[in-house]
Amino acid sequence: MIPLSWYLVFAAALFCIGLYGVLARRHAIGLLMGVELMLNAANINLVAFERYMAPNGLAGQLFVIFNITVAAAEAAVGLALIIAIYRSRNTVAVEEVDLLRG
Amino acid sequence: MTLTHIVFLILAGLALAGAVGMVALRNLVHMVLAMVLAFLAVAGVFILLEAGFVAVVQILIYVGALAVLVLFAIMLTRDIMDRRVRANASQWPWALLVAVALFALLSAILLRTSWPTATTAITGDQVVALGEALVGPYALPFEAASVLLLVAMIGAILIAREARR
Repeated sequence: MIPLSWYLVFAAALFCIGLYGVLARRHAIGLLMGVELMLNAANINLVAFERYMAPNGLAGQLFVIFNITVAAAEAAVGLALIIAIYRSRNTVAVEEVDLLRG
Repeated sequence: MTLTHIVFLILAGLALAGAVGMVALRNLVHMVLAMVLAFLAVAGVFILLEAGFVAVVQILIYVGALAVLVLFAIMLTRDIMDRRVRANASQWPWALLVAVALFALLSAILLRTSWPTATTAITGDQVVALGEALVGPYALPFEAASVLLLVAMIGAILIAREARR
């Protein structure tokens, strides 16, 4: 059996790559995909903890399913926002969307 | 080092390679392909964890729906493959520093903690149990999730709709 810490370190690496993507990318779609990567890392942790701590419980997997639902809703609304911003500002670079900057 | 360990290392390597490609490639379509690789490898990790239903949902939603959705958004917004446009924001060295520091901190904590190693085998069909849980004790969150999806769908249509003049 694979040690639990392998899964956790793997998920941490995935989370940190996603965090870098969110902080560093200039394109709004790149940001959104970084967030999806971070959510995926959290899902790995949930399933791994369930498998090792409570193998016959279902809470971990159910939480992952709800997590994926929320991620799908977030992606749909996020991409719609990106398209709306592109229509009105003609750009998708997050640095150039600064209407609220004082 | 058993076969399971080797399979896990291959899957983790593929997922991390896809993830790095996702944040490093400058062409957005290549980026989506790297994302598909990462999410498929994560589905494999779910199978290793004996969560078959979650793995299938992962492939359906992330690899199927999300990749197509992102590709549509890329096609609807122009000049993204312009070579002159920078791919990274000016603060990217700080972002790299923050990400590496967080990973160092997390892995130091995770590797020092002693986790339970003995595991028991899973009994019974998990998919049946999941389905029964979703209409039994988890019926209210399930309904809330469906309302959330409906609201997100209507909201996305309203936001992305071309304004009539």
